[in-house]
Amino acid sequence: MSNLVEIRDIWIEGRSDEDWLPIINGIDLTLAKGEVLGLIGESGAGKSTLGLAAMGYTRDGVRIKSGSVTFDGIDLIAASAATKRDLLGKRIAYVAQSAAASFNPAHKLIDQHIEAPVQHGISGRTEATQDGIELYRRLRLPNPEEIGFRYPHQVSGGQLQRAMTAMAMSCRPDLIIFDEPTTALDVTTQIEVLAAIRDIVEQFDTAAIYITHDLAVVAQMADRIKVLLRGDEVETADTRTMLSAPQQDYTKSLWAVRSFDRPAKPAPATDATPVISVQNITAAYGRMPVLFDVSFDIHEGRTVAVVGESGSGKSTAARVITGLLPQSQGVIEYRGDPLPADYRKRDRNQLRQAQMIYQMADTALNPRKTIGEIVGRPVEFYMGLKGRKKRERTRQLLNQIELEPDQFIDRLPSELSGGQKQRVGIARALAAEPEFIICDEVTSALDQLVAEGILRLLARLQDELHLSYMFITHDLATVKAIADEVVVMKDGRVVEHGPKKEMFTPPHHPYTDLLLSSVPEMDPDWLTELLAERGRENIGDAAVGKM
Amino acid sequence: MHPVLKIVIQRLLLGLLTLLVVSIVIFLAVNALPGDFAQAILGQSATPEAVAAIRRDLGLDQPAVTRYFSWLADMLTGDLGVSFAQANFASFVGTSAESGSGPVTVLQQITPRFQNTMFLAGVTAIIAVPVSLTLGILAALYRNSAFDRGVNIFALSSVSSPEFFLAYILILFLAVLNPVLPSLSNIFSDMGLGERLRATLLPALTLTLVVTAQMMRMTRAAIINLLASPYIEMARLKGISPTRVIVTHALPNALAPIITVIALNLAYLITGVVVVEVVFVYPGIGQLFVDSVKIRDIPVVQACCLIFASAYILLNLLADVLSILSNPRLRHPK
Repeated sequence: MSNLVEIRDIWIEGRSDEDWLPIINGIDLTLAKGEVLGLIGESGAGKSTLGLAAMGYTRDGVRIKSGSVTFDGIDLIAASAATKRDLLGKRIAYVAQSAAASFNPAHKLIDQHIEAPVQHGISGRTEATQDGIELYRRLRLPNPEEIGFRYPHQVSGGQLQRAMTAMAMSCRPDLIIFDEPTTALDVTTQIEVLAAIRDIVEQFDTAAIYITHDLAVVAQMADRIKVLLRGDEVETADTRTMLSAPQQDYTKSLWAVRSFDRPAKPAPATDATPVISVQNITAAYGRMPVLFDVSFDIHEGRTVAVVGESGSGKSTAARVITGLLPQSQGVIEYRGDPLPADYRKRDRNQLRQAQMIYQMADTALNPRKTIGEIVGRPVEFYMGLKGRKKRERTRQLLNQIELEPDQFIDRLPSELSGGQKQRVGIARALAAEPEFIICDEVTSALDQLVAEGILRLLARLQDELHLSYMFITHDLATVKAIADEVVVMKDGRVVEHGPKKEMFTPPHHPYTDLLLSSVPEMDPDWLTELLAERGRENIGDAAVGKM
Repeated sequence: MHPVLKIVIQRLLLGLLTLLVVSIVIFLAVNALPGDFAQAILGQSATPEAVAAIRRDLGLDQPAVTRYFSWLADMLTGDLGVSFAQANFASFVGTSAESGSGPVTVLQQITPRFQNTMFLAGVTAIIAVPVSLTLGILAALYRNSAFDRGVNIFALSSVSSPEFFLAYILILFLAVLNPVLPSLSNIFSDMGLGERLRATLLPALTLTLVVTAQMMRMTRAAIINLLASPYIEMARLKGISPTRVIVTHALPNALAPIITVIALNLAYLITGVVVVEVVFVYPGIGQLFVDSVKIRDIPVVQACCLIFASAYILLNLLADVLSILSNPRLRHPK
């Protein structure tokens, strides 16, 4: 049987100023009809570039240097733009990472859905619309008759992602490229989307390339897995073999990431005064209430993980603690003394105690300042050090976060990798010599190996400096790894609160249970079993409930 | 209430407030002009008594606050006042005047001029807006090609040239070397539409050259700005043709900045065309305004200023509302 896609010895380059830098170095890829291939690797591995190349498409500033791409016998590199346009959307379709950004905000979903079939002359508007509604139904979207007549901003993220899968299916293509379709979603939503994608790909016997950095996800979706590292292929094998017996050291290290586990510290004395005590906080953005009667304590030297889906109020709680969003009711106490609600009314010493590390180190660091200036600024502001003393303290901080001062102190953020930038963010928080640090999704933008390094660093700093952390995350694997206590939030309320051990042993609050059971596991049968256990109707209900 | 309606009402009220503030600024600025009408009209023969008499007659001896409020009250009833220059001063200057005919009001003076200006602005807009949009879309579609560069160079050189220079070039080519259009715009009130258009075409073409560049370049920039968006990539990956990608996927999302620039240019057409009017002797409101400033004819100057300000505020209001309507998030709230 001939292959649907054949990529032979492909070399792809990307422009960086005047130079062309290699992105993909001589990779072969084959895909049979109806097969699902998982492409896995860290960011910068070239997964998306390779996936797009399989469509004969390169982004601006990227070029295919040599090699061949054949789709069903058609040479996509030699093909004219018109020939490729005729294939794209009709026989090869694409599902992007962020459905919210990839749907045109100016048009209704159904109009975007029927565009490909109508423009490619496959069917008329009425027919395509009917078919769209049918696909929405098959993907278990709520109100399939009406949802298409909404604009993208009126539909939730998980629903949009399914609508985009439906759109990719509109011409019944032979091949779909899924480019991290669930990365931006919450775990509970991710399950619905994964199940929907897997079903529809099976129903229509569509071949797919499934790109992700999440091993557990790819284990559910793919027949075969290909591991990439900086543009090189590490290994390829069928999913079960790859999971049970990885051959290469790099693959093994990827598998081992989830092994980082820090035992919970013993509970604090019952009469100990917490470093930060959040008491019955109610807060609102304008007239929209976001937090309702939220209370939890954070004791010295301990990590409290705050978990929940997006919109559950995790980050808002952090904003209230730092004083950026004054609460309407309740008190924040620091070592037993109430803090002023508004940060402008806090003195320098009070401000110093609550430092933050942000999710996107990219946007949290001033791109025009050197690392030395970024870390030196709070050293001067809070500690009053100047000149040589400031420089020395800055170097000391860089040593603490394991960045060689001589090498890094004069660099700009743009010259650092994602993990290094996040370390600078940590150094900046440490510069204030706080007792308490809020970590807002600090590892969620990072690759697993890098993220693990950051977690280990935070753990070490906690031991050395007796820091207390409020660790905001939606990733339960991270919680398992480093938390002492867990606060579960939903819709602005704390639904469960207790030591880590209790949280991870049943019985749970039903919502905690839903969160826990939604975290993908490495077992390729996990999704199938979970769906059987929950029952199909349940999943549909969950989707409706999330509207 | 629908949020769009709410925003529109808010903007309208804000526009009225702006107009009120502008009226104060106009009043103060006109009063700060050196010299006054009595001096200007009496010239060398001014005796202190004659000046005082004229000033009293026109109410110029009243305190500024009183004059402002009586002016504002008149404005609100639609009475723009009586032009100083047209008022009957026969008894003061000693020359004879036709008795019996009443003084010409500012409204009577401004109306035909304003209609002419609106006609010129309208003809220009009908030519310039579609041309700039089309050129902008084509330039975005064939960006960095010879066509794109050619259009940009042409538009930039015409916007960088002085208006009178463009006007004379057009006169040279279209009135002198190939006498297809008249070089002077003689406009009468009882002209037929065809004739009127013929007389207006040269100034309209000159103004088109002036305003096209900005609108065209904003259209091009606003569209190109969006071409890196994921939804544009998605459209390309659906196999949509480049023209359709630009027109149906990029343009609807680029409308807000384009509309704003169009509104600013239309406002310019109403208020800033004095030079072109002078070159073509086109009887528009710009000329009337300049003449009235020269002789310190305060009611006319103030009325013109107020019309200009209203044009700016109204067109920007319209642009705001259209921009809001072009945003589906506001049109269709969650």
